[in-house]
Amino acid sequence: MKVKVIARNPDDYVRETKLDIQRVPRNYDPSLHPFEVSREYTRALNATKLERVFAKPFVASLDGHRDGVNCMAKHAKSLSTLLSGSCDGEVKVWNLSKHECVRTFQAHEGFVRGMVVRFCGTSFFTVGDDKTIKQWKMESPGYGEEEEPINTILGKTVYTGLDHHQNDPVFATCGQQVDIWDEQRSSPIRSFTWGVDSFSSVHFNPVETELLASCASDRSIVLYDMRESTPLKKVIMTMRSNTLSWNPMEAYYFTCANEDYNLYTYDMRYLAKPIMVHMDHVSAVLDVDYAPTGKEFVSASFDKTIRIFAKDGGHSREVYHTKRMQHVICIKWSADNKYILSGSDEMNIRLWKANAAEKLGVLAPREREAANYSQKLKEKFQHHPQIRRIARHRHLPKTIYHQTKELRIMKEARRRKERNVRKHSKPGSVPVVSEKEKHVVTVVK
Amino acid sequence: MESPGEAPVDETHVGKKKKPPARYWQELQEEERKDENKVKNDAEQSKEAQQQEDDETQKAKKRKQDQSPSDGEKVKPGKSDPFPGPAPIPEDRLQKFKRKDKLKKPHRKQHKLRDIIARSEDASEMAQKQAARFDLLLPEEAGFLEGDEDEDTCMISQEDIAEAVDITSGAKYFNLKLSQFGPYRLDYSKTGRHLLLGGRRGHVACIDWTSKQLMCEINVMESVNDVKWLHSEAMYAVAQKKWLYIYDSNGIELHCIRKFNDVLRMQFLPYHFLLATASATSFLQYLDVSVGKEVAAICTKTGRLDVMCQNPHNAIIHLGHANGTVTLWSPNQKEALVKMLCHQGGVRSVAVDKTGTYMVTSGMDKKLKVYDIRAFKPLKSYFLPAGAACLSLSQKGLLSAATGDVVQVYKDVCSMPVTKPYMAHRLRGTVWGLHFCPFEDVLGVGHGDGFTSMLVPGAGEPNFDGLDANPYRSAKQRQEWEVKALMEKIQPDLISLDPTELAQVDQATWEQRHQDRVEVLGFDPLAKEKFVPKYKKKGRSSAGAIERRKKQVAHEEQRDVIRKSVEDKVKMEKERKERERKKAALSTQKSALDRFKK
Repeated sequence: MKVKVIARNPDDYVRETKLDIQRVPRNYDPSLHPFEVSREYTRALNATKLERVFAKPFVASLDGHRDGVNCMAKHAKSLSTLLSGSCDGEVKVWNLSKHECVRTFQAHEGFVRGMVVRFCGTSFFTVGDDKTIKQWKMESPGYGEEEEPINTILGKTVYTGLDHHQNDPVFATCGQQVDIWDEQRSSPIRSFTWGVDSFSSVHFNPVETELLASCASDRSIVLYDMRESTPLKKVIMTMRSNTLSWNPMEAYYFTCANEDYNLYTYDMRYLAKPIMVHMDHVSAVLDVDYAPTGKEFVSASFDKTIRIFAKDGGHSREVYHTKRMQHVICIKWSADNKYILSGSDEMNIRLWKANAAEKLGVLAPREREAANYSQKLKEKFQHHPQIRRIARHRHLPKTIYHQTKELRIMKEARRRKERNVRKHSKPGSVPVVSEKEKHVVTVVK
Repeated sequence: MESPGEAPVDETHVGKKKKPPARYWQELQEEERKDENKVKNDAEQSKEAQQQEDDETQKAKKRKQDQSPSDGEKVKPGKSDPFPGPAPIPEDRLQKFKRKDKLKKPHRKQHKLRDIIARSEDASEMAQKQAARFDLLLPEEAGFLEGDEDEDTCMISQEDIAEAVDITSGAKYFNLKLSQFGPYRLDYSKTGRHLLLGGRRGHVACIDWTSKQLMCEINVMESVNDVKWLHSEAMYAVAQKKWLYIYDSNGIELHCIRKFNDVLRMQFLPYHFLLATASATSFLQYLDVSVGKEVAAICTKTGRLDVMCQNPHNAIIHLGHANGTVTLWSPNQKEALVKMLCHQGGVRSVAVDKTGTYMVTSGMDKKLKVYDIRAFKPLKSYFLPAGAACLSLSQKGLLSAATGDVVQVYKDVCSMPVTKPYMAHRLRGTVWGLHFCPFEDVLGVGHGDGFTSMLVPGAGEPNFDGLDANPYRSAKQRQEWEVKALMEKIQPDLISLDPTELAQVDQATWEQRHQDRVEVLGFDPLAKEKFVPKYKKKGRSSAGAIERRKKQVAHEEQRDVIRKSVEDKVKMEKERKERERKKAALSTQKSALDRFKK
């Protein structure tokens, strides 16, 4: 007779001393783990609920400006530095990790319209309503010294925006025309006009660094090549775009913030139709900025909210608002992809988390593993109705909630009317125009 | 994998060329070549696996070679890795970890979906391979019992086995003589550490049976129908003469649940925290033990319910009835999911294996039948002269059947025809309860004269999962586990015949979904509104005018259809004419060959 029965030595399964961690032998046999799917679903549901519980995006408010914050600039090299310019011409430099202002000075008379940090991070430029472009040193002046710009250029017209080249000492301003400046000269090396009298913003392409795009007040977006003497092409839309932002990863895409409450992502090679229309705001969109990953962007609107969109999502994945935040004028996504900075009318700069439920600070390895696991679960079960309902739910201020509803009703009515018109007219005479095509008037080359 | 023989030998300061020492596999290879025919199958398998790997890595290899030709020079000609690529995994072990079949590739146009599916399939394949490889590292091996030549394993007595095995295992064979409060039902906790005994005449005891430590012993002074551990060893339920009671491990009564009366049999669904009870009044009730709420009460209308078991794979409750049927129940439906006629007489006992594939039933017709409950088809039928009163299936698929005072254990009942039992043991009284201990080679038998713990080699799963049911867990670990388990309690409405249904794509058509919606709402939200003419002033809303307007709108849809069909007809006619015209034109054209025609 040969016989063997299971005989376990408890020493193999129990920790030796109290200081050890407990032993956990594993067996991955599926038959020992029944109800895999249901349990994972339950975990995903819990993870989704917890995500909503922990969604506390607001980190800090930086106050100190004495007028609305009109523009902001990220530092090129330092994550913790932020520059902001207000409507009274004051510029402040902030230390984000300490939540404090490190430097304040009067840069312009009237609005600070635009500011940009030079790619090396040692100086920055500002333009203002006083028709000047000023270059400032990044470090604050020593004790007893006056705040003085390194360089001041007196222009003929008001400048409304500027951007600096990625790696050359060249910058571009916009106002009545788009000017390209050499840092060493006091007159523009090139000026672009295309029959319009004012531009609201200009942005260099981050990859094809000689390319620029600007938003004009005649409802158009104009593309330029710095090496050529004339603009490349422009697309005219039904309403004016306020500003635009290039996708830093796929730099042939840019997203523009429009007055008609929408954002439009265009492929610069095919301007006839936007790639995607991003809807959700209930008032004019004032600013937009891409995440450094190029997968998402954040938009600031006149409706007192900030929304985060996926680059290919028609609706926002997140909306931020507070009772006190008024019209949000400028927005930036921090270079470490973790924070969002918003400057608004009521003189405050707010620091938000880019992922509302993310835990800040250093994560222990097990913590990180658990977070990754629950993230994957949420992804896996995201289309289940109950989970989707919880994940999508956002509280909105009453006004915005009602405005959204109103807009939806209006849109539905318009759609119904169009359908009726089509029904009662000769077949083919009222073509179906898609939402994407609706907002583009024409493309001019 | 790199082998040590591959290392380049430094030859500069040794005059004679050193021959690298012979390695064990070089001889082996030669031997293998000799008896190649014998192991051809194995080799083929491994070759196939290797070839797959090769194909995958070919591109990478090519790239590497292009980059660094010096690498290629280092490898000496005539020498090659005797075990190239990763070690092959046996097919059956891979099969064990297979979750589902491969998906059909979507159309090329759906490139995004294609990409997602391809990537997820790669990931699951890798997980499957890793799990299969990990299987090799499991520390314990299953037990077995083999007789000598012309020795039947069923003739080997328990005493002999207990003597042959080591002392600690030998101590797992023991008898408790409890003749006073007789016949006993029993239950092992999920980890297999704790034993709960319930005597017919009111004796309830829970024991840490490995250390033989008595945790509590009470007499409820009432008849006890069934006992069951709840999710941990801290609480258990006792079905008493009238009501259902819950006690803690010190024997203190926690709850008396008067909603559950005349309970005869109980089953606990550990992942749902549901206690399912079957009563003499033919009610099947579900109690959520985490919140203490009755989830469902189903009147089965089939008389006294004293045969019950659960399917551990999908948490469906199986009930056996006096008319020979077995019915399957979930808490979400008032009617039975399935009714199967299994026996000529009444059903005496039912058991389902842990993979949810086989169901074993025994009936008054003295038959033992095996069913495939995925397809609801009978597989095997055996005749037992005495008929089996109690059945129990072990984790490894051994079947124990109690016939009177004899317990017989069968092996491989489900897959091949069996002629004689694997083991047999005679007890002092008639068997009343039967249970295999999880993760141990032990069968607990409750009978009229107390309790017997039998050794059944090969019954239990040797390797437990520490995060699921750990027999060696500490109090702290138990607490942690309890919190985790409660967090991922599965809602009772997820119980269905197919537990993977939740992960499948809902391919209901629009019509179906619309119908469901109508059913839920009680009206059709998309139904056309009835036309009500607007009220017009200046006498234009006279009854006649209203009727006229109504008439205008009536049949509008029908008119649309007719208009469309007429248009189609005209179009077809046009096309036909066009075709004919072309044909005629072709036929009138003179070809060069026409002149040969007469």
